[in-house]
Amino acid sequence: MGVKLLLDKANVPGIRTYDVYRREGGYSAVEKALKEMNPETIVEEVKKSGLRGRGGAGFPAGMKWSFIAKPEGVPRHLVCNADESEPGTFKDRYLMEFLPHLLLEGLIIASFALGSNDTYIYIRGEYAWIPDILEEAINEAKANGWLGKNILGTGFDCNIHVQRGAGAYICGEETALIESLEGRRGNPRIKPPFPAIQGLWMRPTVVNNVETLAAVVPIIHMGGDEYAKIGVGKSTGTKLISACGNINKPGVYEIDMTVSVEDFIYSDEYCGGIKGGKQLKACIPGGSSVPILPANLLLKTAKGETRYMNYESLSDGGFATGSMMGSGGFIVLDEDQCIVKNTLTLARFYRHESCGQCSPCREGTGWMEKILMKIEQGKGEMSDIDLLWDIQRKIEGNTICPLGDAASWPVAAAIRHFRDEFEWHVKNPELSQTSNFGLQHYADPIHIPA
Amino acid sequence: MSEQILFKVTIDNITIEVPAGTTILQAARLVGGQVAPPAMCYYSKLQGSGGKCRTCLVEVSKGSEKDPRPMPKLVASCRTTVMDGMEVKNITSEKVVDARAGVVEFLLLNHPLDCPICDQAGECHLQDLSFEHGKADTRYEFQRRTFKKHDLGKNIQLHMTRCILCYRCVFTADQLTNKRVHGILDRGDHSEIATHIEKSLDNEFIGNVIDVCPVGALTDKTFRFKNRVWFLKPMDAHRDCPTCAGRVTLWNRGDEVYRVTARKDQWGEIEDTPDGKTGWICNTCRFDKKETTDWIIEGPREISRQSVIAQGHYSGNIGTTKPHETFEAVNGGRQPHLLMDIHDESEVNMPSVHLGQIHGPSHGDTFNNTNKA
Repeated sequence: MGVKLLLDKANVPGIRTYDVYRREGGYSAVEKALKEMNPETIVEEVKKSGLRGRGGAGFPAGMKWSFIAKPEGVPRHLVCNADESEPGTFKDRYLMEFLPHLLLEGLIIASFALGSNDTYIYIRGEYAWIPDILEEAINEAKANGWLGKNILGTGFDCNIHVQRGAGAYICGEETALIESLEGRRGNPRIKPPFPAIQGLWMRPTVVNNVETLAAVVPIIHMGGDEYAKIGVGKSTGTKLISACGNINKPGVYEIDMTVSVEDFIYSDEYCGGIKGGKQLKACIPGGSSVPILPANLLLKTAKGETRYMNYESLSDGGFATGSMMGSGGFIVLDEDQCIVKNTLTLARFYRHESCGQCSPCREGTGWMEKILMKIEQGKGEMSDIDLLWDIQRKIEGNTICPLGDAASWPVAAAIRHFRDEFEWHVKNPELSQTSNFGLQHYADPIHIPA
Repeated sequence: MSEQILFKVTIDNITIEVPAGTTILQAARLVGGQVAPPAMCYYSKLQGSGGKCRTCLVEVSKGSEKDPRPMPKLVASCRTTVMDGMEVKNITSEKVVDARAGVVEFLLLNHPLDCPICDQAGECHLQDLSFEHGKADTRYEFQRRTFKKHDLGKNIQLHMTRCILCYRCVFTADQLTNKRVHGILDRGDHSEIATHIEKSLDNEFIGNVIDVCPVGALTDKTFRFKNRVWFLKPMDAHRDCPTCAGRVTLWNRGDEVYRVTARKDQWGEIEDTPDGKTGWICNTCRFDKKETTDWIIEGPREISRQSVIAQGHYSGNIGTTKPHETFEAVNGGRQPHLLMDIHDESEVNMPSVHLGQIHGPSHGDTFNNTNKA
């Protein structure tokens, strides 16, 4: 069993309520932070812990906190990014649903460290039932003096507001989230200025993922140095992985980042192997936008070393032979899955979720989807594969926000590693409608509207 | 007042000094010619515009004197300010040329090829852009997207299919009128300019959206289908208008005023008035004053933008002297673009030859070879 810092109490009955959470030692981190520490020392501890942003980019959280501008007389804000919309990622949902007070505890400490008196949780619209859970937890915390005016007699005021999104993937991008939170259309802003200088209502703002904020609690408990000892290298602490796809035990797992990918997929403690005893074909290790990896490159790096579930090891080899940790949405594909169909599904998602602000992403994502649909329907030509490659190359890096990159990476990786499968689709238009490239097992033909 | 800080910036190997806070695009416009990146969404008179179309992407090969690291990605020059010692590559960078060709292709994917019936033809920025930076051919083979028609009232015609979503009209309405009634609805490739629940645009200054629109998405209903812009003679004129500066360009044919627009500079942007304000004009001037007697005519307008309107007649004293400047001097250092001399080749209409395949002036061999193959 690996170390568990976030989910260690997840199975205690009634942990969602304040009384049980408090009885289990909850809110003692807030007590410690507010009474024994000051904002600077908290930021220092988080820096020492090496905690990296859990939302996908992996930017060091302590560094982000220290960038926040502190002009005289201007309020600052902390925003919790709970707009978890990356396909394959559902770790924040688990945290908020079962351990709402853990998030609140992290939020209060982070608000204190950043000097935010009004803190916001921006939650994904599709998580329709979770705002109620959070509101209830906030009311409980308020009734017990953990929120509101003059918390613990320290003179620090803090209120937490829950705001529902309207179901847009793009609002998970921090500046789009801020626009949406301000009540406008969720278009990403052009950076610079970064939110740490001009964010919510042009005030200095820090946007952090749910898991990042929850991880602040164990850091305060054990100290930054101790936290940094867990894990390996720059991948410190524990990470929640939401595993799904063709595995025996889909779910949210907390790992300490020293687990190898092979162990994670096949051991009974985690995914429990591929469903139905089939063979592993490919895996998207960090949420839908990271490059897909074929089985051989997933378990071992190009150098032949074992690949581990951490930031460095997963991105070993760059995009040519590696992938990314991303947000921890671990999607496993078995031998019966069709890569073309899978890529089409992802391309369709990004076409649908593009905000339409900048031209490469607005036009390019739709174009890629149409070409992939053509190949999937058995009407593709060989030149279409090169065309796809060229389109993704022209989107990547040329857009305002990372959605353009996120849309082009899956297509690029699929062509890079599975070009033979695309070619097989083009060469066998009829066969590809009824069977699959892998082991020629029958796959469900995709429903094509007339 | 302290002395203005000047930054040295090198764009395509040309070094100039500009005040701190200038964007790369504005600095490049000071150099002029082909060094200035094209801009479809940026409009210097509109606060907050720019950054969306991605045609003005440039490569920053040296960040600044202090931090000489190059920027990892191409940056939007309209929204990136210069740093001291910055080195920028525009047309000298292959990456930029490649990315820009990509952006042009993306912009044209869903843009209809209806230039022959579009009122903007001849003064369309997208036409210029695709002519200068695009490819002759498209690789798109699917149906172009269409939209349900929206009526914006008696003066302004909206063609949503032509729109490139530059957001300029949205900023115009935000900054010129007290209440914006149109905006972007929907998301992604189905975003559209519309009013929510059919409204008409009838603010006194809303007519300016026609002037800022880079394509033919917003056109003047009072001018619609009346004439081609290159047949009209632009005249500078003014009138004593109680609501606006009243400085306009009249587009005449004979004594008849076909349309009225604000005065535009060589970047297609509305000129400043002598007192330093932007010369937005009101709807009364634009749509209602269509008699020569309404106006005091100042003289012919020089159209300095690269445009079909400027090609023929208007430069210097019209009709009195033969122009003696070279093409290059008239066009701010820009070399003439020659696609092909169509008169050299009588077989040009042969269906077996794809026009997009012809590079430069063609001769008989081009066609003979193609026929054999």
